[in-house]
Amino acid sequence: MSDSETGVQDAGFDDWIDAVEDDDAYYLECPNEHGSLPPRRVCPDCGSTDLEAVSLPETGEIETFTVTHVPTPAFEDDAPYATAIANFGPVRITGQVVGVDLEAIEPGLTVEIEISVSETTGERVLAFSPA
Amino acid sequence: MSDVRVAGVGLTPFGNTPERTSRDLFGEASIEAFADSGVERDDVDALLYGNFMGELSEHQGHHGPLMAEAAGVRAPATRYESACASSGVAIRDAVKRIRNGEEDVILVGGAERMTNLGTAGATEALAIAADDLWEVRAGMTFPGAYALMAQAYFAEYGGEHEDLAHIAVKNHENALTNEKAQYQSAIEVEDVLEAPQVSSPLGLYDSCPISDGAAAVVLTSEDYAEENDLDAPVAITGTGQGGDRMALHDREFLARSPAAREAGEEAYAEAGIDAGDVDVAEVHDCFTIAEVLAIEALDLEGVGEGISAARDGRTTADGETPINLSGGLKAKGHPVGATGASQIAEISKLLAGMHPNSEYVEDADTGVAHNAGGTVASATVHVLEVVE
Ligand SMILES: [Zn+2]
Repeated sequence: MSDSETGVQDAGFDDWIDAVEDDDAYYLECPNEHGSLPPRRVCPDCGSTDLEAVSLPETGEIETFTVTHVPTPAFEDDAPYATAIANFGPVRITGQVVGVDLEAIEPGLTVEIEISVSETTGERVLAFSPA
Repeated sequence: MSDVRVAGVGLTPFGNTPERTSRDLFGEASIEAFADSGVERDDVDALLYGNFMGELSEHQGHHGPLMAEAAGVRAPATRYESACASSGVAIRDAVKRIRNGEEDVILVGGAERMTNLGTAGATEALAIAADDLWEVRAGMTFPGAYALMAQAYFAEYGGEHEDLAHIAVKNHENALTNEKAQYQSAIEVEDVLEAPQVSSPLGLYDSCPISDGAAAVVLTSEDYAEENDLDAPVAITGTGQGGDRMALHDREFLARSPAAREAGEEAYAEAGIDAGDVDVAEVHDCFTIAEVLAIEALDLEGVGEGISAARDGRTTADGETPINLSGGLKAKGHPVGATGASQIAEISKLLAGMHPNSEYVEDADTGVAHNAGGTVASATVHVLEVVE
Protein backbone atom coordinates (compact mmCIF):
# COMPACT_ATOMS: atom_id res chain seq x y z
CA MET A 1 0.00 0.00 0.00
CA SER A 2 1.27 3.40 -0.90
CA ASP A 3 1.55 5.75 2.02
CA SER A 4 0.10 8.52 -0.10
CA GLU A 5 -3.26 6.83 0.43
CA THR A 6 -3.03 7.90 4.05
CA GLY A 7 -1.26 11.17 3.27
CA VAL A 8 1.76 10.07 5.31
CA GLN A 9 5.15 10.76 3.76
CA ASP A 10 8.08 8.35 3.78
CA ALA A 11 10.71 10.51 5.43
CA GLY A 12 13.88 10.63 3.38
CA PHE A 13 12.43 9.00 0.29
CA ASP A 14 9.57 11.39 -0.48
CA ASP A 15 11.86 14.28 0.42
CA TRP A 16 14.29 12.94 -2.15
CA ILE A 17 11.54 12.71 -4.79
CA ASP A 18 10.66 16.35 -3.95
CA ALA A 19 14.29 17.32 -4.43
CA VAL A 20 14.41 15.66 -7.85
CA GLU A 21 11.31 17.62 -8.84
CA ASP A 22 13.17 20.78 -7.78
CA ASP A 23 16.11 19.74 -9.99
CA ASP A 24 18.16 19.12 -6.91
CA ALA A 25 18.81 15.36 -6.92
CA TYR A 26 21.41 14.16 -4.47
CA TYR A 27 23.00 11.07 -3.00
CA LEU A 28 24.53 10.41 0.38
CA GLU A 29 28.27 10.23 0.85
CA CYS A 30 30.33 9.03 3.80
CA PRO A 31 33.88 10.23 4.62
CA ASN A 32 35.20 7.22 2.68
CA GLU A 33 33.34 8.45 -0.42
CA HIS A 34 30.88 5.54 -0.52
CA GLY A 35 27.71 6.66 -2.27
CA SER A 36 24.24 5.49 -1.20
CA LEU A 37 20.59 6.47 -1.46
CA PRO A 38 18.29 7.75 1.31
CA PRO A 39 16.63 7.17 3.69
CA ARG A 40 19.75 5.99 5.46
CA ARG A 41 21.54 6.71 8.71
CA VAL A 42 24.51 4.40 8.26
CA CYS A 43 26.83 3.86 5.29
CA PRO A 44 26.10 0.28 4.16
CA ASP A 45 29.68 -0.14 2.97
CA CYS A 46 31.67 0.98 6.02
CA GLY A 47 29.23 1.69 8.82
CA SER A 48 30.03 5.38 9.03
CA THR A 49 27.20 7.45 10.48
CA ASP A 50 28.59 10.67 9.06
CA LEU A 51 26.54 10.98 5.86
CA GLU A 52 26.33 14.11 3.78
CA ALA A 53 24.05 15.02 0.85
CA VAL A 54 26.03 15.60 -2.35
CA SER A 55 24.59 16.66 -5.73
CA LEU A 56 23.91 13.75 -8.06
CA PRO A 57 25.82 13.94 -11.36
CA GLU A 58 23.61 15.54 -14.06
CA THR A 59 23.60 12.44 -16.25
CA GLY A 60 23.85 8.69 -15.89
CA GLU A 61 24.23 5.78 -18.27
CA ILE A 62 21.80 2.91 -18.68
CA GLU A 63 23.49 -0.35 -17.70
CA THR A 64 20.59 -2.74 -18.13
CA PHE A 65 16.90 -2.46 -18.92
CA THR A 66 13.76 -4.51 -19.45
CA VAL A 67 10.36 -3.88 -20.99
CA THR A 68 7.69 -5.14 -18.62
CA HIS A 69 4.45 -6.49 -20.09
CA VAL A 70 3.06 -8.09 -16.92
CA PRO A 71 3.04 -5.34 -14.29
CA THR A 72 1.89 -5.13 -10.70
CA PRO A 73 -1.64 -3.67 -10.34
CA ALA A 74 -0.09 -0.26 -9.58
CA PHE A 75 1.19 -0.08 -13.18
CA GLU A 76 -1.61 -1.90 -14.97
CA ASP A 77 -2.36 0.95 -17.41
CA ASP A 78 1.32 1.83 -17.87
CA ALA A 79 2.41 -1.48 -19.42
CA PRO A 80 4.36 -2.05 -21.52
CA TYR A 81 6.97 0.19 -19.97
CA ALA A 82 10.74 0.11 -19.62
CA THR A 83 12.58 -0.17 -16.33
CA ALA A 84 16.31 0.42 -16.22
CA ILE A 85 19.24 0.54 -13.86
CA ALA A 86 21.28 3.63 -14.62
CA ASN A 87 24.79 4.27 -13.36
CA PHE A 88 25.38 7.78 -12.01
CA GLY A 89 28.92 7.07 -10.82
CA PRO A 90 28.69 7.15 -7.04
CA VAL A 91 25.30 5.39 -7.10
CA ARG A 92 23.16 3.29 -9.40
CA ILE A 93 19.41 3.96 -9.52
CA THR A 94 16.37 2.01 -10.78
CA GLY A 95 13.76 3.96 -12.74
CA GLN A 96 11.32 3.93 -15.61
CA VAL A 97 12.58 5.09 -18.97
CA VAL A 98 10.34 7.78 -20.46
CA GLY A 99 10.43 10.14 -23.43
CA VAL A 100 11.86 7.60 -25.85
CA ASP A 101 10.54 4.72 -27.98
CA LEU A 102 10.92 1.42 -26.13
CA GLU A 103 12.84 0.07 -29.14
CA ALA A 104 15.38 2.87 -28.92
CA ILE A 105 16.52 2.05 -25.39
CA GLU A 106 19.91 0.40 -25.13
CA PRO A 107 22.75 -0.05 -22.67
CA GLY A 108 25.00 2.99 -22.75
CA LEU A 109 22.15 5.44 -23.34
CA THR A 110 22.83 8.69 -21.46
CA VAL A 111 19.92 9.78 -19.29
CA GLU A 112 18.80 12.45 -16.86
CA ILE A 113 16.71 11.77 -13.82
CA GLU A 114 13.18 13.13 -13.53
CA ILE A 115 9.86 12.39 -11.89
CA SER A 116 6.99 11.13 -14.00
CA VAL A 117 3.53 9.98 -12.99
CA SER A 118 1.96 6.52 -13.11
CA GLU A 119 -0.94 6.44 -15.57
CA THR A 120 -2.59 3.88 -13.34
CA THR A 121 -2.43 5.51 -9.92
CA GLY A 122 -1.30 9.08 -10.49
CA GLU A 123 1.59 8.41 -8.10
CA ARG A 124 4.98 9.97 -8.71
CA VAL A 125 7.48 7.61 -10.32
CA LEU A 126 11.24 7.92 -10.54
CA ALA A 127 12.13 8.11 -14.23
CA PHE A 128 14.97 8.54 -16.70
CA SER A 129 14.78 10.41 -20.00
CA PRO A 130 17.44 10.71 -22.70
CA ALA A 131 19.82 13.57 -21.92
CA MET B 1 28.99 -32.38 16.44
CA SER B 2 26.14 -34.70 15.57
CA ASP B 3 25.39 -35.66 11.99
CA VAL B 4 21.94 -34.63 10.75
CA ARG B 5 19.87 -37.29 9.02
CA VAL B 6 17.01 -36.82 6.61
CA ALA B 7 14.56 -39.31 8.12
CA GLY B 8 11.57 -38.62 5.92
CA VAL B 9 10.18 -36.20 3.38
CA GLY B 10 6.73 -35.24 2.17
CA LEU B 11 5.43 -33.09 -0.64
CA THR B 12 1.97 -32.15 -1.79
CA PRO B 13 1.42 -31.92 -5.50
CA PHE B 14 2.56 -28.45 -6.59
CA GLY B 15 0.04 -26.65 -8.75
CA ASN B 16 -3.07 -24.62 -9.12
CA THR B 17 -5.34 -25.37 -6.15
CA PRO B 18 -6.62 -21.96 -5.07
CA GLU B 19 -9.19 -23.44 -2.69
CA ARG B 20 -6.63 -25.23 -0.53
CA THR B 21 -5.48 -23.43 2.62
CA SER B 22 -1.83 -23.57 3.60
CA ARG B 23 -2.76 -25.47 6.77
CA ASP B 24 -4.39 -28.13 4.61
CA LEU B 25 -1.35 -28.28 2.33
CA PHE B 26 1.17 -28.50 5.15
CA GLY B 27 -0.96 -31.05 6.98
CA GLU B 28 -0.82 -33.29 3.93
CA ALA B 29 2.94 -32.88 3.43
CA SER B 30 3.58 -33.64 7.10
CA ILE B 31 1.54 -36.88 6.98
CA GLU B 32 3.71 -38.11 4.12
CA ALA B 33 6.92 -37.02 5.87
CA PHE B 34 6.04 -38.83 9.12
CA ALA B 35 4.98 -41.96 7.25
CA ASP B 36 8.23 -41.89 5.27
CA SER B 37 10.35 -41.38 8.39
CA GLY B 38 8.89 -43.84 10.87
CA VAL B 39 9.28 -41.09 13.49
CA GLU B 40 6.53 -40.59 16.08
CA ARG B 41 4.95 -37.14 16.18
CA ASP B 42 5.45 -37.12 19.95
CA ASP B 43 9.20 -37.17 19.46
CA VAL B 44 9.27 -33.88 17.56
CA ASP B 45 11.14 -31.21 19.51
CA ALA B 46 10.35 -28.24 17.27
CA LEU B 47 8.66 -27.15 14.06
CA LEU B 48 10.47 -24.66 11.85
CA TYR B 49 8.22 -23.42 9.09
CA GLY B 50 8.90 -21.25 6.04
CA ASN B 51 6.29 -18.96 4.51
CA PHE B 52 6.51 -15.68 2.65
CA MET B 53 3.18 -14.11 1.71
CA GLY B 54 0.70 -15.53 4.22
CA GLU B 55 -0.48 -12.10 5.35
CA LEU B 56 -1.36 -11.16 1.79
CA SER B 57 -2.76 -14.44 0.51
CA GLU B 58 -4.60 -15.69 3.60
CA HIS B 59 -4.73 -12.75 5.98
CA GLN B 60 -2.73 -14.91 8.32
CA GLY B 61 0.30 -14.14 10.42
CA HIS B 62 1.70 -16.25 13.26
CA HIS B 63 1.90 -19.42 11.20
CA GLY B 64 4.06 -21.43 13.60
CA PRO B 65 1.46 -22.75 16.07
CA LEU B 66 -1.16 -23.05 13.35
CA MET B 67 1.07 -25.36 11.36
CA ALA B 68 2.11 -27.40 14.41
CA GLU B 69 -1.59 -28.03 14.92
CA ALA B 70 -2.05 -28.89 11.23
CA ALA B 71 0.79 -31.40 11.48
CA GLY B 72 -0.40 -32.83 14.81
CA VAL B 73 2.77 -31.81 16.56
CA ARG B 74 2.92 -30.53 20.13
CA ALA B 75 6.13 -28.57 20.02
CA PRO B 76 7.33 -24.99 19.91
CA ALA B 77 6.87 -23.71 16.37
CA THR B 78 8.36 -20.74 14.57
CA ARG B 79 7.86 -19.20 11.16
CA TYR B 80 10.88 -18.26 9.04
CA GLU B 81 10.61 -15.59 6.36
CA SER B 82 13.35 -14.87 3.82
CA ALA B 83 11.23 -14.45 0.70
CA CYS B 84 11.69 -17.45 -1.61
CA ALA B 85 14.46 -18.79 0.66
CA SER B 86 12.11 -19.05 3.65
CA SER B 87 12.27 -22.79 4.13
CA GLY B 88 15.95 -22.88 3.13
CA VAL B 89 16.74 -20.78 6.19
CA ALA B 90 14.40 -22.96 8.27
CA ILE B 91 16.34 -26.08 7.17
CA ARG B 92 19.59 -24.36 8.01
CA ASP B 93 18.47 -23.49 11.51
CA ALA B 94 17.16 -27.01 12.06
CA VAL B 95 20.52 -28.46 11.02
CA LYS B 96 22.36 -26.17 13.42
CA ARG B 97 20.08 -26.99 16.35
CA ILE B 98 20.44 -30.73 15.86
CA ARG B 99 24.19 -30.48 15.44
CA ASN B 100 24.43 -28.48 18.62
CA GLY B 101 22.68 -31.27 20.45
CA GLU B 102 19.83 -29.02 21.51
CA GLU B 103 17.18 -31.07 19.76
CA ASP B 104 16.97 -34.55 18.26
CA VAL B 105 13.95 -34.40 16.00
CA ILE B 106 12.78 -31.38 14.04
CA LEU B 107 9.91 -31.11 11.59
CA VAL B 108 10.94 -28.47 9.06
CA GLY B 109 9.14 -27.35 5.96
CA GLY B 110 7.02 -24.69 4.44
CA ALA B 111 3.99 -23.89 2.38
CA GLU B 112 2.63 -21.17 0.17
CA ARG B 113 -0.82 -20.41 -1.12
CA MET B 114 -0.53 -18.13 -4.15
CA THR B 115 -2.95 -18.88 -6.96
CA ASN B 116 -5.96 -17.54 -5.02
CA LEU B 117 -4.38 -14.09 -5.47
CA GLY B 118 -4.60 -14.25 -9.27
CA THR B 119 -1.70 -13.29 -11.54
CA ALA B 120 -1.77 -9.57 -10.72
CA GLY B 121 -2.13 -10.15 -6.99
CA ALA B 122 0.65 -12.74 -6.92
CA THR B 123 2.89 -10.45 -9.00
CA GLU B 124 2.29 -7.70 -6.46
CA ALA B 125 2.89 -10.03 -3.52
CA LEU B 126 6.15 -11.35 -5.00
CA ALA B 127 7.33 -7.83 -5.74
CA ILE B 128 7.56 -7.03 -2.03
CA ALA B 129 10.64 -9.23 -1.84
CA ALA B 130 12.34 -6.27 -3.58
CA ASP B 131 13.03 -2.78 -2.17
CA ASP B 132 9.64 -1.11 -2.02
CA LEU B 133 10.87 2.48 -2.14
CA TRP B 134 13.54 2.18 -4.80
CA GLU B 135 12.44 -0.75 -6.95
CA VAL B 136 8.74 -1.57 -6.60
CA ARG B 137 7.65 2.06 -6.82
CA ALA B 138 9.63 2.40 -10.05
CA GLY B 139 7.52 -0.41 -11.52
CA MET B 140 10.02 -3.20 -11.09
CA THR B 141 8.43 -6.64 -10.82
CA PHE B 142 10.05 -9.88 -9.76
CA PRO B 143 10.40 -11.13 -13.36
CA GLY B 144 11.52 -7.61 -14.24
CA ALA B 145 14.38 -7.81 -11.77
CA TYR B 146 15.60 -11.11 -13.21
CA ALA B 147 15.20 -9.65 -16.70
CA LEU B 148 17.54 -6.81 -15.68
CA MET B 149 20.03 -9.45 -14.58
CA ALA B 150 19.58 -11.41 -17.82
CA GLN B 151 20.25 -8.33 -19.97
CA ALA B 152 23.25 -7.46 -17.83
CA TYR B 153 24.53 -11.04 -18.21
CA PHE B 154 24.17 -10.98 -21.99
CA ALA B 155 25.99 -7.63 -22.14
CA GLU B 156 28.83 -8.83 -19.92
CA TYR B 157 29.32 -12.47 -20.89
CA GLY B 158 27.32 -12.99 -24.08
CA GLY B 159 24.53 -15.46 -24.72
CA GLU B 160 21.00 -14.98 -25.90
CA HIS B 161 17.43 -15.90 -25.17
CA GLU B 162 17.76 -19.16 -27.08
CA ASP B 163 20.41 -20.34 -24.59
CA LEU B 164 17.97 -19.69 -21.76
CA ALA B 165 15.25 -21.53 -23.63
CA HIS B 166 17.28 -24.75 -23.40
CA ILE B 167 17.11 -24.50 -19.61
CA ALA B 168 13.32 -24.36 -19.67
CA VAL B 169 13.18 -27.28 -22.11
CA LYS B 170 15.50 -29.35 -19.91
CA ASN B 171 13.55 -28.72 -16.73
CA HIS B 172 10.22 -29.55 -18.35
CA GLU B 173 11.77 -32.77 -19.66
CA ASN B 174 12.95 -33.68 -16.14
CA ALA B 175 9.47 -33.13 -14.70
CA LEU B 176 7.78 -35.61 -17.03
CA THR B 177 8.10 -38.41 -14.48
CA ASN B 178 7.49 -36.24 -11.40
CA GLU B 179 3.88 -36.87 -10.46
CA LYS B 180 3.92 -33.95 -8.03
CA ALA B 181 5.12 -31.44 -10.63
CA GLN B 182 2.86 -28.64 -11.79
CA TYR B 183 3.78 -29.23 -15.43
CA GLN B 184 4.35 -32.73 -16.73
CA SER B 185 4.57 -31.67 -20.35
CA ALA B 186 7.48 -31.40 -22.75
CA ILE B 187 8.18 -28.07 -24.46
CA GLU B 188 10.42 -27.10 -27.36
CA VAL B 189 12.91 -24.27 -27.71
CA GLU B 190 10.52 -22.65 -30.19
CA ASP B 191 7.74 -22.63 -27.59
CA VAL B 192 9.94 -20.65 -25.22
CA LEU B 193 11.04 -18.18 -27.90
CA GLU B 194 7.51 -17.61 -29.16
CA ALA B 195 5.77 -17.34 -25.77
CA PRO B 196 4.30 -13.99 -24.70
CA GLN B 197 6.85 -11.62 -23.16
CA VAL B 198 6.66 -11.04 -19.42
CA SER B 199 9.64 -8.74 -19.02
CA SER B 200 12.03 -8.73 -21.95
CA PRO B 201 13.99 -10.88 -22.65
CA LEU B 202 12.06 -13.22 -20.36
CA GLY B 203 8.80 -14.71 -21.57
CA LEU B 204 6.14 -16.88 -20.06
CA TYR B 205 8.21 -20.08 -20.42
CA ASP B 206 11.29 -18.48 -18.86
CA SER B 207 9.31 -18.03 -15.67
CA CYS B 208 8.28 -20.47 -13.00
CA PRO B 209 4.53 -20.72 -12.48
CA ILE B 210 2.53 -19.31 -9.60
CA SER B 211 1.95 -22.33 -7.39
CA ASP B 212 0.29 -23.71 -4.29
CA GLY B 213 2.02 -26.43 -2.33
CA ALA B 214 3.83 -27.60 0.76
CA ALA B 215 6.92 -29.55 1.71
CA ALA B 216 7.85 -31.22 4.99
CA VAL B 217 11.08 -32.86 6.11
CA VAL B 218 11.77 -34.80 9.31
CA LEU B 219 15.37 -34.26 10.39
CA THR B 220 16.94 -36.20 13.24
CA SER B 221 20.26 -36.51 14.98
CA GLU B 222 22.43 -39.45 14.02
CA ASP B 223 22.02 -40.89 17.51
CA TYR B 224 18.24 -40.74 17.29
CA ALA B 225 18.31 -42.38 13.86
CA GLU B 226 20.48 -45.22 15.15
CA GLU B 227 18.59 -45.74 18.41
CA ASN B 228 15.31 -45.92 16.53
CA ASP B 229 16.69 -48.00 13.69
CA LEU B 230 15.54 -45.49 11.08
CA ASP B 231 16.08 -46.00 7.39
CA ALA B 232 17.83 -42.68 6.86
CA PRO B 233 20.79 -43.12 4.54
CA VAL B 234 21.19 -39.42 3.63
CA ALA B 235 22.68 -36.74 5.86
CA ILE B 236 22.91 -32.97 5.55
CA THR B 237 26.64 -32.47 5.93
CA GLY B 238 27.01 -28.80 5.05
CA THR B 239 24.94 -25.66 5.42
CA GLY B 240 25.71 -22.15 4.26
CA GLN B 241 23.98 -18.83 3.98
CA GLY B 242 24.95 -15.64 2.17
CA GLY B 243 23.54 -12.17 1.87
CA ASP B 244 23.71 -9.20 -0.46
CA ARG B 245 22.30 -5.69 -0.69
CA MET B 246 18.53 -5.55 -1.01
CA ALA B 247 18.17 -3.49 -4.20
CA LEU B 248 19.72 -4.92 -7.33
CA HIS B 249 21.17 -1.52 -8.25
CA ASP B 250 23.16 -1.43 -5.00
CA ARG B 251 25.00 -4.67 -5.79
CA GLU B 252 28.56 -4.90 -6.91
CA PHE B 253 27.48 -7.32 -9.65
CA LEU B 254 24.32 -7.22 -11.74
CA ALA B 255 25.04 -10.55 -13.41
CA ARG B 256 26.38 -12.68 -10.57
CA SER B 257 25.05 -13.93 -7.24
CA PRO B 258 27.71 -13.40 -4.55
CA ALA B 259 25.26 -14.37 -1.79
CA ALA B 260 24.90 -17.83 -3.34
CA ARG B 261 28.66 -18.11 -3.81
CA GLU B 262 29.19 -17.27 -0.14
CA ALA B 263 26.55 -19.81 0.91
CA GLY B 264 28.04 -22.47 -1.35
CA GLU B 265 31.58 -21.95 -0.16
CA GLU B 266 30.46 -22.23 3.45
CA ALA B 267 28.42 -25.38 2.83
CA TYR B 268 31.16 -27.04 0.76
CA ALA B 269 33.76 -26.27 3.44
CA GLU B 270 31.60 -27.72 6.20
CA ALA B 271 31.00 -30.88 4.22
CA GLY B 272 34.65 -31.06 3.19
CA ILE B 273 33.83 -31.21 -0.51
CA ASP B 274 34.37 -29.02 -3.51
CA ALA B 275 32.29 -28.38 -6.59
CA GLY B 276 33.95 -31.27 -8.40
CA ASP B 277 32.40 -33.70 -5.91
CA VAL B 278 28.84 -32.60 -6.64
CA ASP B 279 26.93 -35.30 -8.52
CA VAL B 280 23.53 -33.65 -8.73
CA ALA B 281 21.95 -30.35 -7.71
CA GLU B 282 18.59 -28.70 -7.26
CA VAL B 283 19.01 -24.97 -7.83
CA HIS B 284 16.63 -22.05 -7.59
CA ASP B 285 15.52 -21.53 -11.20
CA CYS B 286 12.61 -19.14 -10.60
CA PHE B 287 13.58 -17.77 -14.02
CA THR B 288 15.80 -19.42 -16.60
CA ILE B 289 18.60 -16.89 -16.02
CA ALA B 290 18.51 -17.72 -12.30
CA GLU B 291 19.72 -21.26 -13.02
CA VAL B 292 22.71 -19.82 -14.90
CA LEU B 293 23.63 -17.51 -12.03
CA ALA B 294 23.16 -20.35 -9.52
CA ILE B 295 25.37 -22.95 -11.18
CA GLU B 296 28.09 -20.33 -11.67
CA ALA B 297 27.85 -19.23 -8.04
CA LEU B 298 28.11 -22.88 -6.94
CA ASP B 299 31.26 -23.25 -9.07
CA LEU B 300 29.63 -26.00 -11.11
CA GLU B 301 30.30 -23.79 -14.13
CA GLY B 302 32.84 -21.01 -14.64
CA VAL B 303 31.63 -17.40 -14.56
CA GLY B 304 30.20 -16.62 -17.99
CA GLU B 305 29.99 -20.30 -18.93
CA GLY B 306 26.76 -21.37 -17.25
CA ILE B 307 24.69 -19.92 -20.07
CA SER B 308 25.65 -22.80 -22.40
CA ALA B 309 25.42 -25.63 -19.85
CA ALA B 310 21.92 -26.82 -20.71
CA ARG B 311 22.27 -26.20 -24.44
CA ASP B 312 25.48 -28.23 -24.56
CA GLY B 313 24.09 -31.01 -22.38
CA ARG B 314 26.31 -30.60 -19.33
CA THR B 315 23.34 -30.16 -16.99
CA THR B 316 20.74 -32.34 -18.69
CA ALA B 317 19.63 -35.62 -17.07
CA ASP B 318 22.30 -37.59 -18.90
CA GLY B 319 24.91 -34.85 -18.52
CA GLU B 320 27.89 -34.69 -16.21
CA THR B 321 26.05 -32.86 -13.41
CA PRO B 322 22.27 -33.04 -13.82
CA ILE B 323 20.59 -29.88 -12.56
CA ASN B 324 16.99 -29.84 -11.39
CA LEU B 325 16.06 -33.45 -12.05
CA SER B 326 12.80 -32.68 -10.24
CA GLY B 327 11.85 -30.23 -12.98
CA GLY B 328 13.05 -27.33 -10.89
CA LEU B 329 10.91 -24.39 -9.93
CA LYS B 330 10.29 -23.93 -13.63
CA ALA B 331 8.30 -27.12 -14.18
CA LYS B 332 7.80 -28.56 -10.69
CA GLY B 333 6.37 -25.25 -9.49
CA HIS B 334 7.38 -22.62 -6.93
CA PRO B 335 5.14 -22.34 -3.89
CA VAL B 336 7.58 -19.84 -2.43
CA GLY B 337 7.71 -20.87 1.23
CA ALA B 338 7.85 -24.60 0.38
CA THR B 339 10.62 -24.44 -2.20
CA GLY B 340 13.77 -24.77 -0.07
CA ALA B 341 12.43 -27.76 1.84
CA SER B 342 11.14 -29.36 -1.35
CA GLN B 343 14.64 -29.21 -2.83
CA ILE B 344 16.00 -31.08 0.20
CA ALA B 345 13.25 -33.66 -0.32
CA GLU B 346 14.13 -34.10 -4.00
CA ILE B 347 17.88 -34.47 -3.42
CA SER B 348 17.30 -36.92 -0.56
CA LYS B 349 15.12 -39.09 -2.76
CA LEU B 350 17.54 -38.85 -5.68
CA LEU B 351 20.47 -39.95 -3.53
CA ALA B 352 18.47 -42.68 -1.79
CA GLY B 353 17.41 -44.14 -5.13
CA MET B 354 13.75 -43.38 -4.39
CA HIS B 355 13.19 -40.76 -7.08
CA PRO B 356 11.71 -41.41 -10.55
CA ASN B 357 14.87 -39.84 -11.97
CA SER B 358 17.32 -41.69 -9.67
CA GLU B 359 18.43 -43.79 -12.64
CA TYR B 360 20.33 -40.76 -13.94
CA VAL B 361 22.42 -40.55 -10.76
CA GLU B 362 22.78 -44.19 -9.82
CA ASP B 363 26.24 -43.91 -8.31
CA ALA B 364 25.74 -40.46 -6.87
CA ASP B 365 26.65 -39.84 -3.27
CA THR B 366 26.75 -36.03 -3.07
CA GLY B 367 23.97 -33.58 -3.87
CA VAL B 368 23.45 -29.88 -3.36
CA ALA B 369 20.33 -27.78 -2.81
CA HIS B 370 20.44 -24.03 -3.53
CA ASN B 371 17.58 -21.78 -2.44
CA ALA B 372 17.51 -18.05 -3.20
CA GLY B 373 15.45 -15.23 -1.72
CA GLY B 374 14.31 -12.26 -3.79
CA THR B 375 16.89 -11.33 -6.37
CA VAL B 376 19.39 -13.33 -4.28
CA ALA B 377 19.76 -10.87 -1.43
CA SER B 378 19.43 -14.11 0.58
CA ALA B 379 20.71 -17.54 -0.32
CA THR B 380 21.12 -20.88 1.40
CA VAL B 381 23.05 -23.88 0.17
CA HIS B 382 22.95 -27.38 1.66
CA VAL B 383 25.16 -30.36 0.93
CA LEU B 384 23.57 -33.80 1.24
CA GLU B 385 25.57 -37.01 1.25
CA VAL B 386 24.84 -40.71 1.40
CA VAL B 387 26.31 -41.84 4.72
CA GLU B 388 25.17 -45.45 4.93
ZN1 LIG C 1 31.18 4.35 3.76
